Amino acid sequence: MMLVWLILIPFIGGLLCWQAERIGDTPPRWIALGTMGLELLLTLWLWWSGDFQLPEIAGAQASQWALEFRAPWIPRFGIEIHLALDGLSLILIALTGFLGVLAVVCSWKEIIGRVGFFHLNLLWILGGVVGVFLAIDLFLFFFFWELMLVPMYFLIALWGHSGTQGKTRIGAATKFFIYTQASGLLMLVAILGLAFAHHAATGVYSFSYDELRNAPVSDELAMWLMLGFFIAFAVKLPVVPLHGWLPDAHAQAPTAGSVDLAGILLKTAAYGMLRFTLPLFPEASQAFAPVAMALGVVGIFYGALLACGQQDIKRLIAYTSISHMGFVLIGIYAGTQLALQGVVVLMVAHAFSAAGLFIMSGQIYERIHTRDMTQMGGLWGRLGSLPGFSLCFVAASLGMPGTANFIGEFMVLFGTFPVAPWVVAIASVGLVLAAIYSLFLMQRVHYGPAKSDEPLEGLDHREYVMLLGILALVLFFGLYPQPLLETSGAAMHEIQRLFTDPALTTTILPTGAS
Amino acid sequence: MDLSISLLLPLTFLLPLAGTLILSLSNGRLGERASATVGVTSMGLSALVTVLIAWQYIAEPQVYGVTLWRWISVGDFQPSIGLALDGLSLTMLGIITGVGFLIHLFAAWYMQGEKGITRFYAYMNLFVFSMVLLVLGDNLLLLFFGWEGVGLCSYLLIGYYYEHSENGWAAFKAFVVTRIGDVFLAIGMFLLFFELGTLDIAEILNRAPQMWAEGDPTVELAALLMLGGAVGKSAQLPLHTWLADAMAGPTPVSALIHAATMVTAGVYLIARMNGLFLLAPDVLQLTGIIGALTLLMAGFAALAQTDIKRVLAYSTMSQIGYMFLALGAGAFDAAIFHLMTHAFFKALLFLSAGAVIVSCHHEQDMRRLGGLWRQLPLAYAGFIVGGSALAALPLVSAGFYSKDEILWQELATGHGGLLLAGMIGAFLTSLYTVRLIILTFHGKPKSDNARNAEAGRGLVHGVPLIVLALLSTFLGAWINPPLENVLPAPAEGEEFWHLILELAAAGVVIAGIAVGAWLYLRRRGWLAKHTSSGWGAWLWTFWNHAWGVDDLYDRVLVKPYRGLVRFLRSDIIDRTCSLFAKLAWLLHQGLSRTQTGKLRFYATSMVAGATLILLALALVP
Amino acid sequence: MSGVPMEHGLVLAAVLFALGLAGLMFRRNMIFILMSLEIMLNSAGLAFIVGGTAWGQPEGQAMFLLVITLAAAEASVGLALLLQLNHRFKTLDTDAASRMRG
Repeated sequence: MMLVWLILIPFIGGLLCWQAERIGDTPPRWIALGTMGLELLLTLWLWWSGDFQLPEIAGAQASQWALEFRAPWIPRFGIEIHLALDGLSLILIALTGFLGVLAVVCSWKEIIGRVGFFHLNLLWILGGVVGVFLAIDLFLFFFFWELMLVPMYFLIALWGHSGTQGKTRIGAATKFFIYTQASGLLMLVAILGLAFAHHAATGVYSFSYDELRNAPVSDELAMWLMLGFFIAFAVKLPVVPLHGWLPDAHAQAPTAGSVDLAGILLKTAAYGMLRFTLPLFPEASQAFAPVAMALGVVGIFYGALLACGQQDIKRLIAYTSISHMGFVLIGIYAGTQLALQGVVVLMVAHAFSAAGLFIMSGQIYERIHTRDMTQMGGLWGRLGSLPGFSLCFVAASLGMPGTANFIGEFMVLFGTFPVAPWVVAIASVGLVLAAIYSLFLMQRVHYGPAKSDEPLEGLDHREYVMLLGILALVLFFGLYPQPLLETSGAAMHEIQRLFTDPALTTTILPTGAS
Repeated sequence: MDLSISLLLPLTFLLPLAGTLILSLSNGRLGERASATVGVTSMGLSALVTVLIAWQYIAEPQVYGVTLWRWISVGDFQPSIGLALDGLSLTMLGIITGVGFLIHLFAAWYMQGEKGITRFYAYMNLFVFSMVLLVLGDNLLLLFFGWEGVGLCSYLLIGYYYEHSENGWAAFKAFVVTRIGDVFLAIGMFLLFFELGTLDIAEILNRAPQMWAEGDPTVELAALLMLGGAVGKSAQLPLHTWLADAMAGPTPVSALIHAATMVTAGVYLIARMNGLFLLAPDVLQLTGIIGALTLLMAGFAALAQTDIKRVLAYSTMSQIGYMFLALGAGAFDAAIFHLMTHAFFKALLFLSAGAVIVSCHHEQDMRRLGGLWRQLPLAYAGFIVGGSALAALPLVSAGFYSKDEILWQELATGHGGLLLAGMIGAFLTSLYTVRLIILTFHGKPKSDNARNAEAGRGLVHGVPLIVLALLSTFLGAWINPPLENVLPAPAEGEEFWHLILELAAAGVVIAGIAVGAWLYLRRRGWLAKHTSSGWGAWLWTFWNHAWGVDDLYDRVLVKPYRGLVRFLRSDIIDRTCSLFAKLAWLLHQGLSRTQTGKLRFYATSMVAGATLILLALALVP
Repeated sequence: MSGVPMEHGLVLAAVLFALGLAGLMFRRNMIFILMSLEIMLNSAGLAFIVGGTAWGQPEGQAMFLLVITLAAAEASVGLALLLQLNHRFKTLDTDAASRMRG
């Protein structure tokens, strides 16, 4: 029941915010903050009280879930409301809670119109994301997957900034929606295909994760279905040829939207690959791995090169996300325990560093009303302690040791090396490019002669605490990533087992409906 | 005894870290004095702790290990935040905290009246923290932590005067170029972990000989990758271009980071991984060749610089070239010994240069200085002592003993070519040192800044210079780094040849000084004439640009990169994907043309459509 | 049965339909368009009657009744539109009301 509440709380909170708008602008903010705080606390309590490193020895017999909830939804087609929690989803839900709080806090002054509706959308996105992380009925997963898009569309379309060169927020929102919707369609087709294949073999309709994992699918069909899932997630991650929506959406979205997009929406894709693509189609994924890794390498370079060429600070950060997600993709398809654990750390780390950078650029925007880096320069002396924080987040983004990003990237690379040494060697060059684009940002924004001597408003307490909080977490997980690693260890071990030893699945797990 | 070292060891880097935290969290509330006090005190305490550690170590030399906590633990991948103290790391630790403390102290004088002292000391302390971690880390990942950390601090401090974009770009260049080296080091780590299943340095050195025979391609590759990292950090060919530009930072920074400590990290790395390099003789050979080429290249470049700090920068490259030369001959202890004496005399030279620069109102161009020896006696003394050590003046200077050891090892191990390069380098060194001192301190002052030089005063200014000056004389050479158990024993040879070599080296140095003095005191006009026209001018420019490597990289790497970025800027892949949208738009345009709004048109098209369908039905059976 | 053969009736209906169609296509005046529509409807009705008579089925005539009602409804809506057209554009030219252009 706890899991249902985790999903419901943001939705209910969102409705309350919407109604509270009648009273004034402040109540919705506090309600939203309280909602996300509650969500975060609940998750942390689960984390504290649960034990997520169990079933390593027990193997397939023991349930891999720490918590489970099951209720029928559309029994005719075997669709259930089936929620389950393991270490991986727990970490990501905690991340969602934390970034949710940040998103509310960072839009405290930025959003002034239709505050209630804004928070409704914000919280519904988060609710949808939590649903994605918990659902293990494939139909339900798809439901939440689509659900989180709609409020995001409104968030960009209604509260976004219209950017330079005729790029409008509506255009960006539409692009985002079409890309993700079209890819969602592919996933739906793949889900249905899998369900029908299962039905054809067993005569029972089911969308359950455990059932479908054992669905007997021919190799060729498995390849196609796997591609359906992969492309859906690849658009969201994003993987390079399909990344077009991301820079526009980021550049035009309000700060809270960017934080959520980079921090958690991109992570749903990585989560989907880890949870569904790999375990459902181990052989097909194994065969596809070289292509996926190549795409990851292309992403690293392409993102990094484009980041260097941007003038809009938020577009720059958006392209760096593409570059970082390249590492995630490589790690996922390397499939070793070390690489997969690294992916988890990297996801969390990137969420923090990207959120920090986006919040920082939002704060700069609030002060000088531009995101064009050619209009900046010499901000170091004018902004109080903000440049210091940007420096830290920039360092995190270029993978400086001591930050969680370093742990993530290097674990991915260490873990991938035995599988694909050349991929690692090439991807490592991406580290140099990361240095180039990160320091480019520092150079253009903070260094150089000041455009004016007038000091700008420094950080207030709200902003200072927010940035300090993120930074503390980045450093904490950089020096002691063990909490993350222990929590996700069992889940990642399971994926690694399925992925690297596909023969095992068919022999150990009971087949057919039961 | 052991307990006490394990308690003290973390303090050596936690104290500077505490300094950084206090300074950065003070959020600008600390004044200039308070910031300097925090920065210098934390360093002083750290140096004090090092003295205590050294005391205990000498009483009972062994490898002390402290594991603070398990950093990452996944399967076999178990790097810890663990420290290991042996003779080598103790030597490095002593240099870092000792010289570091003196430089911090001097910086309090140098930086007075500048904006952002808090920031300066925060960076400096962070640098010391990272550097100590680099030398104490017992595994490669922690070493890499420090390695990158010093790179970041170097970036921050080079770009300290951020108002000038050139400084920022110099810092940018330094970071990116060294990062290229770092990537090699990282890949080397991946390879070593994959092959040996551990990152612990002692364990790697233990397992490597069991795993590989001498000259095995894998171990050669691993050593080559490590060498790549070392070359980047230590500004050796071909990744040396950043160091000269790095002089944009404040002079104490150049003294600490770009002379005494960080740039020698590469030497430390190779010495630390000596077991691995000994298994890879080809790479070791390459190390020596790189050292030889760099020391010659930098020596010629130093001859043609006009900026006082750039001369010192090229001389640093050249001296590190000597260290690589020693490493190449397998004389790791000679390299570390030279590293130590170099830290003393180069820090002294940089600080003296700093004294000159501040006294002359930030004039760094030697063509505009001159005649300063009367006004700035202390700086002059610093230059004389430091310069003699740099040129390896026989018997009295520390540099003589360390350089002699290197040359002797080249001879004893039969590296004739490297020895020759070292000899030529020694001549060049004494030549440019003499030039540096004469141009700066002798002759007539050539600008108002030089005429109105104000000598620095106070203990903060004087003490570091005097202490470093003492260490740069033969007194410094008496310090015997406890390297016996860590590094392979030096090669033995006949004493007779050693004596001959010493005499020859001394002869070369004295000849260099004599030629230099003759050229720059007596034949200045002749020199000026020949360097301003014809071949001389070309050579001068060529050396002034350090053999044009920078321009070459600019053409081969930077410009194409920029072109690529500009080419990709508008995201061509996205453009391609947008073609679908364009296509839909065109289709829309076409179809919406048919919506004329005219009733009769609609009726006609309906009829036409119906007719077509009927026809189709009639024709297709 | 004697009388007019079915083909003749159908040809007549077709001719009438074609005439109506031509009027619809070439006339701009809305009154004529409405009249053309009426002619087309009636031609369709005629075709039903002819068919119904030929095969002796009552559905033809039932359909004709339906067509008549439809025509009446169409005429009333059409005339209302015509009045509106005249009111708004002061003309009966249908091309004037082309604001639905894409």
